[in-house]
Amino acid sequence: MPRPGFVLEVDRSTPPILFWRGENFSLEKLPAGRSRVIYPPEPLEALSDIDGAIRNALLNPIDQDPLATQLFPGMKLTIAFDDVSLPLPKMTRPDVRQRVIEAVLDTAAAAGVDDVHIIAALGLHRRMHEYELRHALGDRIYDAFHTRGMLYQHDAEDHDNLTVIGTTDEGEVLEINKRAADSDLVVYVNINSVAMDGGWKSITTGLASYRCLSFHHNPETLQNTKSLMGHRHQSALHTSVWRLGKVLKDHGPKIFQIETTLNTDMFPSPFEFINKREWEWTAKDRATFLGTTKSLNRTPIKLARKIFHGIEGPHQMTSVQAGETEAVHKITLEHVHRQQLMEVHGQTDILTLGIPFVSPYNPDGVMNPILVMCMGLGYLFNMYRNKPLVREGGVVIMTHPCYRDFNPVHHPSYIDFFEQVLSDTTDPAEMSRKWEKQYAEDEWYRHLYRTGNAYHGVHPFYAWYWGAHGLQHAGKVIIVGGDPPTVRRLGFTPASTMDDAFEIASDVVGRSPTITHLHVPALLIADVQ
Amino acid sequence: MKKYAPSRLHSLGQLRRVVKVGDAASGAVRTALRPIRALGFPYRKPMVPKGVVVPADPSKLGANFETGWARSAGAKAARSVVTNGPMRAFVKVVASPQVVGLDRLADLQRLDETPAVIFAPNHHSHVDTPLIITVVPEPWRSTLVVAAAADYFFDTRVKGALAALTLNAFPIDREVTSRKSSDELRKLIDDGWSLVIYPEGGRSPDGWGQEFKGGAAYLANRTGAAVVPVFIDGTGSIYGKGMKRLKRGTTKVVFGSPLRPIEGESTRRFNTRIEAAVAALGDEALTDFWTARKRAAQGNNPKLTGPEYNGWRRQWALAEHRKLGRAGVRRRQNRRWPDLG
Repeated sequence: MPRPGFVLEVDRSTPPILFWRGENFSLEKLPAGRSRVIYPPEPLEALSDIDGAIRNALLNPIDQDPLATQLFPGMKLTIAFDDVSLPLPKMTRPDVRQRVIEAVLDTAAAAGVDDVHIIAALGLHRRMHEYELRHALGDRIYDAFHTRGMLYQHDAEDHDNLTVIGTTDEGEVLEINKRAADSDLVVYVNINSVAMDGGWKSITTGLASYRCLSFHHNPETLQNTKSLMGHRHQSALHTSVWRLGKVLKDHGPKIFQIETTLNTDMFPSPFEFINKREWEWTAKDRATFLGTTKSLNRTPIKLARKIFHGIEGPHQMTSVQAGETEAVHKITLEHVHRQQLMEVHGQTDILTLGIPFVSPYNPDGVMNPILVMCMGLGYLFNMYRNKPLVREGGVVIMTHPCYRDFNPVHHPSYIDFFEQVLSDTTDPAEMSRKWEKQYAEDEWYRHLYRTGNAYHGVHPFYAWYWGAHGLQHAGKVIIVGGDPPTVRRLGFTPASTMDDAFEIASDVVGRSPTITHLHVPALLIADVQ
Repeated sequence: MKKYAPSRLHSLGQLRRVVKVGDAASGAVRTALRPIRALGFPYRKPMVPKGVVVPADPSKLGANFETGWARSAGAKAARSVVTNGPMRAFVKVVASPQVVGLDRLADLQRLDETPAVIFAPNHHSHVDTPLIITVVPEPWRSTLVVAAAADYFFDTRVKGALAALTLNAFPIDREVTSRKSSDELRKLIDDGWSLVIYPEGGRSPDGWGQEFKGGAAYLANRTGAAVVPVFIDGTGSIYGKGMKRLKRGTTKVVFGSPLRPIEGESTRRFNTRIEAAVAALGDEALTDFWTARKRAAQGNNPKLTGPEYNGWRRQWALAEHRKLGRAGVRRRQNRRWPDLG
């Protein structure tokens, strides 16, 4: 029986706590009597018969007819799926998407459907490499569909293959992939790792154009999104997306949404110690930790990255539901909450976060400084419901080496963003006004996005906006162990050690601040009362 | 043909001396036994009365060959050395296998106690067995028993012992599985041993497959073990039935999703389902997943048994069929590039 989440009040007997530091770890002693550590709920049991559950979901969808009865010979069927940004780390084969799409294809084959297109719904993310597509979909689907040109990746800049579905009352234009728009049925295959994903967001972002995304991926909306993982009515982003969803429902193609949830069993042997509570580490765990950190200290960073990005998580499916988008998503959220939601009482002056080697925007790539900000203030800070774990004006302390290192293939526009935009301003609203258009319409970035494996030119702005709410909320952001000039360029304060960071924070929160540490890997939603 | 070591008898004289020594030895034995012979029955074997037929001792060969020792810890360790050493090297050099579909076994693999299963591949060559033994994933590989034709592999003691030790072969009648065989196989599955059974009953005589016999389906029905359909492509060209020597080539092994008998499903129907699953995997191996699934949905996967007609056209079709496969030159499909304007 998996244990629920746990809030540890740190006392003098509490061992040092594990922090991620990019491609390494550290143990940090938190002050006794005024610190707490939030441990996420343990991974739920996976479904015992995953393929059976998928077949059952297709046969008994929610508020829709069974998939088989919606398919007929001569129809246009489009299957769209979430891209490489999910799940993290990548899951051991077979991936959930492969299982679901194979089941959908079996049903389509039985119904005599020939015209099937499979589209990676990557929005403005980078195109997936062949090995990533093979991992997500399996060799069978890749070999059968890619050579025929029936498996491809969405292109948000291919204006000939985009179509406007309609406009919301607020003036937001829904422009999505033309093939999907013209289909008799769109089957969307989703992985809901966090509460932010799924629902109408799947298609209205994954298959949308830059123009469509810019209506909600902007500083104003994201500053009013409190939070991304929390209640929908407190998220301006989701409110906008749901308006677009209504347009899609009323004027778009018929959609059969398949949503899946995973448990949080993210790290395999020998990295089990990452998932454990420190006082439960066995001699083996301690030896593994020491061996790992000592060797990583002497490992070249490129090799360390290769090792970490090679990890395949043993996470498995905890639920699958299909049918009408909103009805399905409601149940999906219940399953996400069953795994991730835990109650926490009160805010503290300081929030500490260990930043890992990976975020949704650097699978198999470099965690550059902008993504460190996005992961800390965009994702981990937002892992709350009701109110943030840190009080307004409090301090956020992150641990990461924060190298000035970029992957030029995946993140070409991030390099210029760091050098040009961040040296000018770190204010999301100002950079949006002054710089966003130039990056979004840059021909070279557009070319790299469309033909290479680069994120869209505007993507570093979106990554920065993702942390806009956290940036606005926190009085100070400190990065422990980060490269000082790089950290200063981000607008944050560097610190050598955690004690130094607490000392620096005392300017803002006084000499005896209360501290919350979010134990990462944590996929949890802190329901702060 | 066996080749003897060069004789050390260099001359006729030497040969005569050896024969003489042999004669002297046999004479000495006869002389020594003479007093016992004189004693007669019961010291000697009784005479058989005329007109009486003494029933023959049950044979210890064929289906009665005792193979329990081959599953002892010592034999298992020895087999592991053979499997992971010379056998794997042999398979790699001779058959260069490409293995696909192992992800379909992932759900069974991640269970705390991995259940025993029955692997049911098509059968074209003696190379199939070492191939399948080396490509089946752990934990099944180390607990794999191969059901081998009793009349072929267990007709002599030496052959039987070698087959039992190196392949963990278990004798089984090709046509009708005896109650004893089936009971023992069932016991093996209950004890956690997985089986490789070739449902075709033997190697293909002409390069096309044969109709499946019900052994695997019957055992699955009796034991509840899942049947894993497997398609092996290419071994027929490497060392097919009737070939005098090995011809190196490439092979492809496709594992299918485990099948279980549906409640109330007869052995015959389940056997048909297994055959259809292997045929669909064969189609997938030679074309692609989507083509195979569409044809499977319509029951149109090319049959393993090949075209209905006989004679040269059947052989002709076989040559065309092999061209599609891993063993031959793979037909390249036209690649369609996205139109970027």
